[in-house]
Amino acid sequence: MPEQLLFAMEVTLNGLMAGVLYALVALGFVLIFKASGIFNYAQGVMALFAALTLVGIQQGQVPFAHLINAIFGTEVHHFPWQVPSLIAIVLAAGVMILFAWIVEKYVLQHLIGQPDIILFMATIGLAYFMEGFGDIMWGSDIKKLDVGLPQGMNATIDQVTFDWFGYGFFIDNLDIVAAIVASLLVAALTIFSQYSKQGRALRAVADDHSAALSVGISLRFIWVLVWSIAGFVALVAGIMWGAKSGVQFSLSLIALKALPVLMLGGFTSIPGAIVGGLIIGVGEQLFEFTIGPMIGGATQNWFAYVLALIFLIFRPQGLFGEKIIERV
Amino acid sequence: MFYREAGDFKTSYRDDSQTFPIRLDRMGYYILMFVAFLVVPFFINDYWVNAVFAPFLIYAIAALGLNILTGYAGQVSLGTGGFMAVGAYASYKLMTSFPEVSILIHIILAGGITAVVGVAFGLPSLRIKGFYLAVATLAAQFFLVWVFNKVPWFYNYSASGQINAPERSVFGVIVTGPNTEAWAKYMICLVFVVVLAWVARNLTRGMMGRKWMGIRDMDIAAEIIGVNPLMAKMSAFAVSSFFVGIAGALFFTVYLGAAEAGEAFGITKSFLILFMIIIGGLGSIFGSFAGAAFMVLMPVFLKNVLVGGLGWPTDLAAHFEFMIVGGLIVVFLIVEPHGLAQLWRLTKEKLRLWPFPH
Amino acid sequence: MTTTTDMNADSYVTADGRTIGPVVMDMKNITLRFGGVVAIKDISFDIREGEIRAIIGPNGAGKSSMLNVISGFYKPQEGEVWFRGEKRPPMKPYQVARQGLARTFQNIALFDGMTVLDNIMTGRLNHMKANLLQQAIWKGKAEREEIANREICEKVIDFLEIQHIRKTPVGRLPYGLKKRVELARALAAQPSLLLLDEPMAGMNVEEKEDMSRFILDMNDEFGTTIALIEHDMGVVMDLSDRVVVMDYGKKIGDGTPDEVRNNQDVIDAYLGVSHD
Repeated sequence: MPEQLLFAMEVTLNGLMAGVLYALVALGFVLIFKASGIFNYAQGVMALFAALTLVGIQQGQVPFAHLINAIFGTEVHHFPWQVPSLIAIVLAAGVMILFAWIVEKYVLQHLIGQPDIILFMATIGLAYFMEGFGDIMWGSDIKKLDVGLPQGMNATIDQVTFDWFGYGFFIDNLDIVAAIVASLLVAALTIFSQYSKQGRALRAVADDHSAALSVGISLRFIWVLVWSIAGFVALVAGIMWGAKSGVQFSLSLIALKALPVLMLGGFTSIPGAIVGGLIIGVGEQLFEFTIGPMIGGATQNWFAYVLALIFLIFRPQGLFGEKIIERV
Repeated sequence: MFYREAGDFKTSYRDDSQTFPIRLDRMGYYILMFVAFLVVPFFINDYWVNAVFAPFLIYAIAALGLNILTGYAGQVSLGTGGFMAVGAYASYKLMTSFPEVSILIHIILAGGITAVVGVAFGLPSLRIKGFYLAVATLAAQFFLVWVFNKVPWFYNYSASGQINAPERSVFGVIVTGPNTEAWAKYMICLVFVVVLAWVARNLTRGMMGRKWMGIRDMDIAAEIIGVNPLMAKMSAFAVSSFFVGIAGALFFTVYLGAAEAGEAFGITKSFLILFMIIIGGLGSIFGSFAGAAFMVLMPVFLKNVLVGGLGWPTDLAAHFEFMIVGGLIVVFLIVEPHGLAQLWRLTKEKLRLWPFPH
Repeated sequence: MTTTTDMNADSYVTADGRTIGPVVMDMKNITLRFGGVVAIKDISFDIREGEIRAIIGPNGAGKSSMLNVISGFYKPQEGEVWFRGEKRPPMKPYQVARQGLARTFQNIALFDGMTVLDNIMTGRLNHMKANLLQQAIWKGKAEREEIANREICEKVIDFLEIQHIRKTPVGRLPYGLKKRVELARALAAQPSLLLLDEPMAGMNVEEKEDMSRFILDMNDEFGTTIALIEHDMGVVMDLSDRVVVMDYGKKIGDGTPDEVRNNQDVIDAYLGVSHD
């Protein structure tokens, strides 16, 4: 097999893996959008915040240490303990649920009935707030996140592909774990929304708010629930991204990529989020690999957006979205 | 007691539709213009022009532009930073290619070029709406910045990848480059602001503005009563980008002097301008100014208090700024979706009844 | 009323002295489908200059769809629309509006963020020609045009008796007034054909009387041709010159109110005889 083609295959595989991570973030968007019609721009920052919190708890950081030191002139940084990964994850999930509750109570409650675009801009505000808050709480330095996930090149794949093609593929173990976790998460969510009572209520709310209210579904509960789930999804995404490239500000920017993913997949479709994520992941890697060198590289900066833009012109509802019939 | 329209009778439709129907408002406006043109230039120094006045005036132009698109025509854009970059790089190329032509013309042309680019990126708005469009405009933001970073022709093949504004003057007064005096910087920005605000006001009070608002409030109904959506949206993108392009050109030539696309015109700039119009007031000329003033003054204020007063480290103060800005956005959207402009209107309404509120 | 009026002639005079002219709008064999659902099935009828033409029928009969076809919002799969003796090519709704059609909507479609006056001024948009540059400069053509058109709008405002809310944002108005403002916007366009989609829906008796009066006056004073959809049989019969009755997308009756009232199919449709 020619070498170029092998390279391209490797790039595609890595793109698929990156796509899984995009899909993970996009999943959180879809959940909230389906249940509340809110386009939650803060999803990416939620992933950052969750990862920051996880690392903070794990390493026994003192929350707001910077602020305390600045005000009282003290020198506190860490508690004298470290928290095991699993407990830290559970605690971080708890923080995300608390966050969901706060958002529902202090933001969403007061914005019911506002136009979608106002809600969208409110989540932009929320994103900024969380970003500042997260940094003040845990410090803004780049943190290493390690919850014991396997990392580095997968030797088996390398060996097998070498035997087959005479060229070993480099696939990161972490990416494989991410793909498995993402599949499990999607399966769990699907089962939850199809078969549990809350899941049915959630779908009812997604369909029609007032109709759901009139049959006795508590909108508030559903919203807290769905923001909690989205928070949990953000935590998972945060762990994966964080383990891959460290917990830092740029994580929330990478999460911006989930937006074109959604535009491809349609805002209401979980399969859409996944397929969209994979398309973007593979597409931007292959584009950078083939066309990138000719036009100066770093095309990942914009490829996803432009692809989504061009795609939307031809199919405004996305791949899996429902066609909108306009009426007066 | 003095602030009221009673006794100030309008005898023609022309009087009735003037910008400041209340006499006291009119006087306030004249006084403001007098101070802005004939008092401030004599007292302004480098600190004030660089920290407050130049950014305020330039951001006000950008905010006016975005407000036309988002506040009046209802098309949310997250590409403002990218369009400012177009204005900046266009003015740079024009300045260096045609040094004998006046910089005023370069800046206006830069606005025109940005308008063309804006229309190109605005075309998808015919098919996609709401936040789909908002995300689509991100394509403009990232793509444009990338182009200015990667195509050396735009920065005249300079080794640093930066663009530097050469020294230019208007009527013999230096307005760009390191030798510019504070008052000259201030005046050139002020002139552009006043003219453009007047244009924005004219466009929004007439039929163009009504078409934009019709598209914003109910696009289908607007089309059925005779608004051509293509023309209405494209004109909004064109006018908006024209304003934003001029803001970008001024930002680079007069204010920064040297710029690099990713740093000066990144996505944070897009959000900054968006926040200005949310806090100031969507669909309000006054709001664009109020929002720009607020977003320029708040960091200066925070820095003075937290860093200068309390002695906090600067990064902590910066994080606080993020929190406050984000929090304020949420609060404004909840409490007063029409922003500072609406608060101002309400205050004036109260004032009109004062001292007999019942 | 005697039988001397020949309604097939080019023009005739009604009992109350209004002149009804030739056909303005002619719908020929219109069929409209949404996927598999047939909303309108092979319907033909015409609207004549100066008349008040009503389309009635039970819920879901396809009345609003019909109006949407006339105003160009829906494109029928089959059939032709003839306007002023010419076959109308496929057009966008705004192009239809430029031909002199104005309409109101069943669920009020006003621009909530604008004042009453601005909403009514939008009705004038096809009459104002100043370009972008002229509007940016304002002084001169744009201002002159604005003032001239403002005068026309003020006349409409007087006519519909809404002077007191001129500068109120539309979003704050009660339902009945909104309906009236919407009518004002359509009227300000000085349309050659005015389409009213359930102008009296959701109104109380008093408001209905006001609205009926406005409709009649409009027709009388400005000679506006009006096509309206209405639920309320009583009102329709009093107002209109001719009535089309629709049921399940089909036309089951067409003629003067008296003819329609005595049409067996119409009686069946309204009294609910089962369909087979």
